[in-house]
Amino acid sequence: MEKLILSVSPHISGKRTTQSIMLDVIIALIPAAIASVVFFGIRSLLVICVCIATCMLSEFLFEKLCKRENTVLDLSSAVTGMILAFNLPVTIPLWQAIFGSVVAIIVVKQLFGGIGQNFANPAIAARIVMMTAFSGTMTAWVAPNAINKAVDALSTATPLVAESKGETPPSYLTLLLGTHAGCIGETCAAALILGGLYLILRGVISWHTPAAFIAVVAIMSFICGKDALYQVLSGGLLLGAFFMATDYSTTPSTKWGKIIFGIGCGLITILIRFWGNLPEGVSFSILLMNILTPYISKLTQNKPLVGEAKV
Amino acid sequence: MKLHGVHVPHMKNTAECKGVRMPVPAAVTIPMAMHIGKPAKLIVKKGDTVKLGQLIGEADGFVSSNIHSSVSGTVQKVDEMVSSMGAKVPCAVIASDGKQELYEGIKPPEPTDFDSFISAVKLSGVVGLGGAGFPSFVKLSVKELSKIEHVVINAAECEPYITSDTRTMMDKGEYVFKGIEAIKKYLGAKHFVIGIENNKKEAISRMKELSAKTEGVEVHVLPSMYPQGGEKVLVFNTVNRVIPKGGLPLDVGVIVINVTTLAFIAEYLETGIPLVEKCVTVDGSAVKEPKNIIVPIGTPIKDLIEAAGGLKADPAKVLYGGPMMGLTVPSMDEPVLKNTNAIVVMDKNEAKQHKTTPCIRCGACLNHCPFRLNPRDIAHAYKMGDGEALKKLCVDLCMECGCCSYICPANRPLVQTNKLAKIKLREYLAEQKAQQEKEGK
Ligand code: SF4
Ligand code: SF4
Repeated sequence: MEKLILSVSPHISGKRTTQSIMLDVIIALIPAAIASVVFFGIRSLLVICVCIATCMLSEFLFEKLCKRENTVLDLSSAVTGMILAFNLPVTIPLWQAIFGSVVAIIVVKQLFGGIGQNFANPAIAARIVMMTAFSGTMTAWVAPNAINKAVDALSTATPLVAESKGETPPSYLTLLLGTHAGCIGETCAAALILGGLYLILRGVISWHTPAAFIAVVAIMSFICGKDALYQVLSGGLLLGAFFMATDYSTTPSTKWGKIIFGIGCGLITILIRFWGNLPEGVSFSILLMNILTPYISKLTQNKPLVGEAKV
Repeated sequence: MKLHGVHVPHMKNTAECKGVRMPVPAAVTIPMAMHIGKPAKLIVKKGDTVKLGQLIGEADGFVSSNIHSSVSGTVQKVDEMVSSMGAKVPCAVIASDGKQELYEGIKPPEPTDFDSFISAVKLSGVVGLGGAGFPSFVKLSVKELSKIEHVVINAAECEPYITSDTRTMMDKGEYVFKGIEAIKKYLGAKHFVIGIENNKKEAISRMKELSAKTEGVEVHVLPSMYPQGGEKVLVFNTVNRVIPKGGLPLDVGVIVINVTTLAFIAEYLETGIPLVEKCVTVDGSAVKEPKNIIVPIGTPIKDLIEAAGGLKADPAKVLYGGPMMGLTVPSMDEPVLKNTNAIVVMDKNEAKQHKTTPCIRCGACLNHCPFRLNPRDIAHAYKMGDGEALKKLCVDLCMECGCCSYICPANRPLVQTNKLAKIKLREYLAEQKAQQEKEGK
């Protein structure tokens, strides 16, 4: 008879794996990806694919080189690639997209120890590096379909910038559909909300962070006399709140930790949007809160159920 | 406040299967340690003839238990074996004569007061039959009886597969209530709560039907959320009290007793037949005809499986108990023990687990731990050898229920790490104490 397996309990496990979680995130990002292809043309698909491929390849090669266990099949690097692409304008030169992907995976993720060890969200950190390095191409947003019509597409202001430039801002409907200038994956609010709800319903993310983040932005905008709905639907807020502020490694794990994290992100976003010099504050706010995460986690630890003797 | 847990598959395939008595096995192997505490003293030798229910192992010390022969026949040999708890213990191998002749000395105990009730329970050899195996008479020997405010009867049966407690409620419902009467009479307890998970509709209605006729008994329907049957979880969810760390239910005025243990005590008071057989759920993907089988204690697992129609696939893993907290069995020759409530035989597919991958800090483990522990940080502190952190993280509170490992998408062996971390913490505390004593001098 074959030898019986001896092991410590439990002897069954839940269905969810790292890979299935990442697959769920990819599924949730697909509606926004489709919207981007519809509005910005097939080049957006190209950028997305290049980012995913570079991220996965960087992860694979780096782990091979360091003789680390290969985690490329867990799909987390594909998620990073997809989110990074979503944060780039469709006109981005491909070599820059490749550069960003390598930075995200190798510098931000692997050099800190790989999945679960990095303190900053790889896609966000890479985006910020790219913003600094390639500020021209990183802000060369084009109006939807422009790229199909003319090779030298004219840069157009995003909704957040439009206001300050005195242009007529797009309507709510335009924002919801995403038929306005912006990064590949951030314009179609409806698709992002759909994806976010999918992740919440599947239990992949909890509602606390996005709810706190979005609510704070809305309330603060209202207090500051701005159009709250407009602020929520434009820029990278929804992409950030649902997909980047909910990253596991770089955000707190407990309910209150997530709420504090979301509130912090919201406040910093507002600060940058209304008083800062940057066009958009979502990425910076998440990065700053990533840095605070260990402290928030410490503050919001669960208290073990120790009890006390009853007399 | 709500305690967390996980949703596990119920797989209560045998809930409808009334326990059937299996043919008497050719031989039984009865170890002297089937309980928590000191092993019993073996009092038979090779060649002795024994009858069913005859004492063969005498309780040794305060926390120990009597052990009786589960067959009539001859002692073939006395031997040593490795018990399910890992220590070497003496055991008796008894060849049965197939007659199951009852020992002449058996008669109902007829207790008159608390002391004679406790000694009757002690004589019966009963231990916590839900799996814990703690000698019941020790648990019931309450010094200040007035402290008992609630008696919580554990009928949650939250482990997948297992239905033996369900069968107790269905087939021996009257004995559960006779047991309640006995506890009322001898321990003076007034308030009883029977905690049952809501996936056992028939057992619930049976218990409700019977409780309507008895004063002071409440049937508490629990959500089907593992681990409702964990002692602390059960006490919290039924009477809303938190058993302190390192304490006993009695510290918060509660006694917890498993439903099958209680029914057995009542039956023993009537018949005087000690604990010699168990109703065991035999199930798992490799078992041909899953069912509940009444089996003499000491029966080899392979005979029990034969009685369940044999195997339909090669066994990969065999468990004493359910898949969440059960112990793996090294061989099919191992005997059924007093506290065995199920034997689960898994085939290759069922025993297969996902690969262990790096922790992704998803927080699922710490958000599902009923005691709000942080297995992720415990694992880290253990790896770093940080005893102080383990103390702060209260790893000694962990009941090893398995929720964290079960839910972890990276399939980290969190329960295993917790077990090791507990040992590490004990060492650390001992060191600390030694240090302090040295400084004190
Ligand atoms: S559940 Fe597993 S992967 Fe998630 S934080 Fe806990 S140990 Fe890490
Ligand atoms: S840490 Fe212990 S008590 Fe908490 S879920 Fe894991 S095994 Fe259960």
